[in-house]
Parts: sequence; structure tokens; C-alpha cells
Amino acid sequence: MSHDPQSPPSRPPEPPAESAPENPIRAAIAGAIDENAVLLFMKGTPDQPACGFSARTVAALQALQAPFAAVDVLPDPRIRQELSALSNWPTIPQLFVRGELVGGCDIVTEMYQSGELAQVLGVEAPQSPPEATEAEVAPRPLGIENRL
Amino acid sequence: MPTAEEIKRRIEAAIPQAKADVQDYTGGGDHFQATVVSPAFAGLSRIEQHRLVYRVFGEEIGGPIHALSLRTETEPQL
Repeated sequence: MSHDPQSPPSRPPEPPAESAPENPIRAAIAGAIDENAVLLFMKGTPDQPACGFSARTVAALQALQAPFAAVDVLPDPRIRQELSALSNWPTIPQLFVRGELVGGCDIVTEMYQSGELAQVLGVEAPQSPPEATEAEVAPRPLGIENRL
Repeated sequence: MPTAEEIKRRIEAAIPQAKADVQDYTGGGDHFQATVVSPAFAGLSRIEQHRLVYRVFGEEIGGPIHALSLRTETEPQL
């Protein structure tokens, strides 16, 4: 595994939740990542995604029939703030598998198309070739309401 | 509000030998899509490659730049 040369070398790989009792939101986020094998932080819910990028990521997971837990970051802006500080990733959605950040919408979509996502999730890859299913399972990320 | 051209210029200035192709996704100046090719990505995971690009913009991501959709490559795709 390679390391980003620009990351400060002193950064601990796993900030222990108990070291930040003054930060219950970050502790709750870390706990959720720890407890759920597949966890998606998103805007809205899997049934009602509130952003095209979240919708597209949910669609990839659902196309693989992969069970996943989801956290809606919208109810409290601090969730997103603390999550990004924890994960060193600026955008939503964020998919975690077994405690590791896999990526956001772009990476998850790319991995879905290449079959890597199925591998990482330990599920069967879709039978039909990814390029044929892309239109069905990965709708354009921006709905009309986001263009206003 | 940044333009696609400005985003392209900043990525190419910050990442060694990078070539960026940036589209303004909606025409609104806040949703961009970029394909970035640089030998600097070699040996890095996708996450690390994308972090390198996101780092160019820091706090602007999620702020003035609402979304920057990324595709990173070490070599140009045919």
C-alpha cells in the first residue's frame, strides 16, 4: 500500500474515539464506521436520496444487492464536518467498507463498472456487462431540481 | 465563481505534468467534472489520487465548488 507523500507522517492511522470525549459527534461517526461492515454516508436516505451523487452511489450498491447501512448527513451540518475531518475526504457521499473509506460517487461508480466493487463487497458481480447496465443503474447525477 | 478554465489551470499548476480536461457540468459554475492525467498518480490508490486533486481546492470543495466529479489516470486513455 502506498502512502501520500504530502500527508503528515505523525498522523495516527486510527484516532481512538475515547481520546475525544469532547467530540461526541465524531465519536458516534467513528463508532458507526466500526460497527457497520458497509456504511454509506449520504444526503437523504436510500429511498429518498437528496442529491444525484448520493442517488447514484445507492444505485450501484442496490444493483449488486449488497446490504448496507446509511447515514443521512443533512439533519446536522456537524456530521458532514466531522466526517470529512475524520476521513480526509471533502465530499458526500462516502462509502466505508470494513472501516476503510472506499470512495465517493466517482470511485464507487468506476469500481462498480470494473467489477471491483462486487469484489470489495464480497458479492456476485452482475451477470450483464457493466456498460450495458450503466444507463439503468447509474442515472445522471444531477436532477432538474439541482440545476436551479 | 470559478470557471472550468480556471479549475483546469489550477490543477495543471499544482500537480506535476498534469493535463486536465474540465467541464462545467451544469453551466452554473459550481458543478464541475474533471479528467486529470498525471504521472504523479502512479502508485497511488484512487482515493489518494483524488485527494491530490481535491487538495488543490481545499475548502472551496463543498463551498463555491459544490461538486467536482473526478476521473484520474496515470496515462492518457485512448
